[in-house]
Amino acid sequence: MITIPKFPLGEGIEYGINYLTDNFAFITKAVSAVVETGIEGLNQGLMYISSFSPLILIAVITVLAWLVSTRRIAIGSFLGLLFIWNLGLWEATVSTFSLVLISTLISVMMGLPLGILAAFYERFYKVVMPVLDFMQTMPAFVYLIPAIPFFGLGPVSAVFTTVIFSMPPAIRLTCLGIRQVPFDLIEAADAFGASRMQKLYKIQLPVATPTIMAGVNQTIMLALSMVVIAAMIGAGGLGGEVWRAIQRLKPGMGFEAGIAVVIMAIILDRITQNIKSKQ
Amino acid sequence: MEKIKLEGVTKVFGNHPKKSFAKYKQGMTRDEFKEKTGHTLGVLDASFSIHEGEKLVVMGLSGSGKSTLLRCINRLFEPTAGKVIIDGIDVTALEAEELRLLRQKKFGMVFQRFALLPHRTVLKNTEFGLEVQNIDAAVREEKAREALELVGLKGWEDSYPNQLSGGMQQRVGLARALAVDPDILLMDEAFSALDPLIRTEMQDELLSLESKVNKTILFITHDLDEALKIGDRIVMMKDGRIVQIGTPEEILMSPATEYVERFVENVDMTKVLTAKDVMVKPVSISYPKDGPRTALHRMKERGISSIFVVDNERKLKGIVLAENAKECVEGSAKDFDSVIEKIDVMKVQPDAPLQDILPKIADIRYPIAVVDDGEKLLGVIVRGSVIAGLAERGSIQ
Repeated sequence: MITIPKFPLGEGIEYGINYLTDNFAFITKAVSAVVETGIEGLNQGLMYISSFSPLILIAVITVLAWLVSTRRIAIGSFLGLLFIWNLGLWEATVSTFSLVLISTLISVMMGLPLGILAAFYERFYKVVMPVLDFMQTMPAFVYLIPAIPFFGLGPVSAVFTTVIFSMPPAIRLTCLGIRQVPFDLIEAADAFGASRMQKLYKIQLPVATPTIMAGVNQTIMLALSMVVIAAMIGAGGLGGEVWRAIQRLKPGMGFEAGIAVVIMAIILDRITQNIKSKQ
Repeated sequence: MEKIKLEGVTKVFGNHPKKSFAKYKQGMTRDEFKEKTGHTLGVLDASFSIHEGEKLVVMGLSGSGKSTLLRCINRLFEPTAGKVIIDGIDVTALEAEELRLLRQKKFGMVFQRFALLPHRTVLKNTEFGLEVQNIDAAVREEKAREALELVGLKGWEDSYPNQLSGGMQQRVGLARALAVDPDILLMDEAFSALDPLIRTEMQDELLSLESKVNKTILFITHDLDEALKIGDRIVMMKDGRIVQIGTPEEILMSPATEYVERFVENVDMTKVLTAKDVMVKPVSISYPKDGPRTALHRMKERGISSIFVVDNERKLKGIVLAENAKECVEGSAKDFDSVIEKIDVMKVQPDAPLQDILPKIADIRYPIAVVDDGEKLLGVIVRGSVIAGLAERGSIQ
């Protein structure tokens, strides 16, 4: 019987990752340092404010919700956050929130320009879209593994995997939004002699904003779900609580943290969704 | 003066327009060309000039290439062959950046589907063309407000396009084009999306605006009535080719091809003809030089029952009926002056459209007087002359 030797896919990938960690450690270390400072800074700042009373942050978020969306959402956010505080999960929530915020920020900052490029250059679009499909369908846990050799255990690895996982919708919907801008608007801009940049800033981006915001909303949601999973590689936060509950087989504790995640998800979702509907 | 000159402008759509156009042979139809090269002939060999201040209408059915031709002029579509010359500048030879500046300075364009920016207010939409030119914010706001006032949208500055009716949205479109104070207005089926009543209103508005701002206007339409109303000259297109160029009169009276003829036969002539087309030479007496006897004599001579009275400068004074003149001659009426009807005379200007005159002609007792701005009598319209005028042009419906 002829045996076909196993295709050395895994070996190849490992070789590649080792090569990257051996030779480009300075990059990962630099990124690591920057991101870590950001996360730590944000987290500690929020915790410092919370050390007086979590009520301050709760009030700020409530007012923000009121301003950018509706009163109902503001009241809902207020009650939800009070409940999280009551469960004793405030610190974990702040830590998760910091990770989500930093990850989303990086995702959007990278996703928006990539989306714009994909909308303008057909070739780039054709390369990027399958990559995005790959990124989104690959089981999220798998990203955790190379993150560790690159960035070590901890929040930076969590952010790295979260960005990979949550960036696709930002790219996709930016690209879609720009491509969906009615052609006659572009033609009008051309007819009045608008430059390419003027077209982008005065027409394409503003008209695409609702679609782009839908992408940002999805990015935030995906970031939240990934940040929880990233507890496995030491991200801490609410995911850390869940992870601990699994290890100790304490369903009550697990559900408490889980419900806190749900509350946070609802608040973030409703606020970002309503930014666009209010326009 | 020549404002825009087109020399053999041709547009081929497809992946290799130049290469495939090289395979074009004289007399080939669109379908034959498509079969041979797989490319679509949008416009073929369009040559004509537009004079400064002229309103030129390009007219044809959908797919006749009229919008394509319009877009070749400001190079929204790149002509495959031929030249577009504006104020002596060969537009087809300009670099991208020069072209952009030319578009900013020379053209204002109005679109069929309005193409307003949904996220901007009416004022900000109107400012767009000026904003693109990086004009100071205060100046552009002032110009935009002026343009909005011109199109009758004062007070709507802070509304959003979706709060406006179609007609008003197109006014914004027009204001946006006028705000940059362009030499040339390109209007691509600008009123085709509006309902008929609003459409007529917008046409009238455009004509009155045009007399104020004096622009060269290139107007695209598929509606012959609109073309006749707006155009100083009309370019008829079919299958990408120009089939006839001429004044509305010329197009109507001597259609060059069967295609044009088919268009023209459905035209309601009452919309086209004006008072001066159907009036006849007036029969009149000069008062006080002529008296009732002369009046009676002239009426008898022509077999008519009333006669206009003018003064020695041919200004219209009134009308005298045969029976009243007779009473004067026989001595039963006191003096001639008192029998001259002064109030009841209906006067129209020579350019009044026939469709406005027709309904009135049935109601009045006397002929209608056609007078100029100085009240001078130019002609007379009677029922017979209207029918004759219509019959002459072969269309009584």
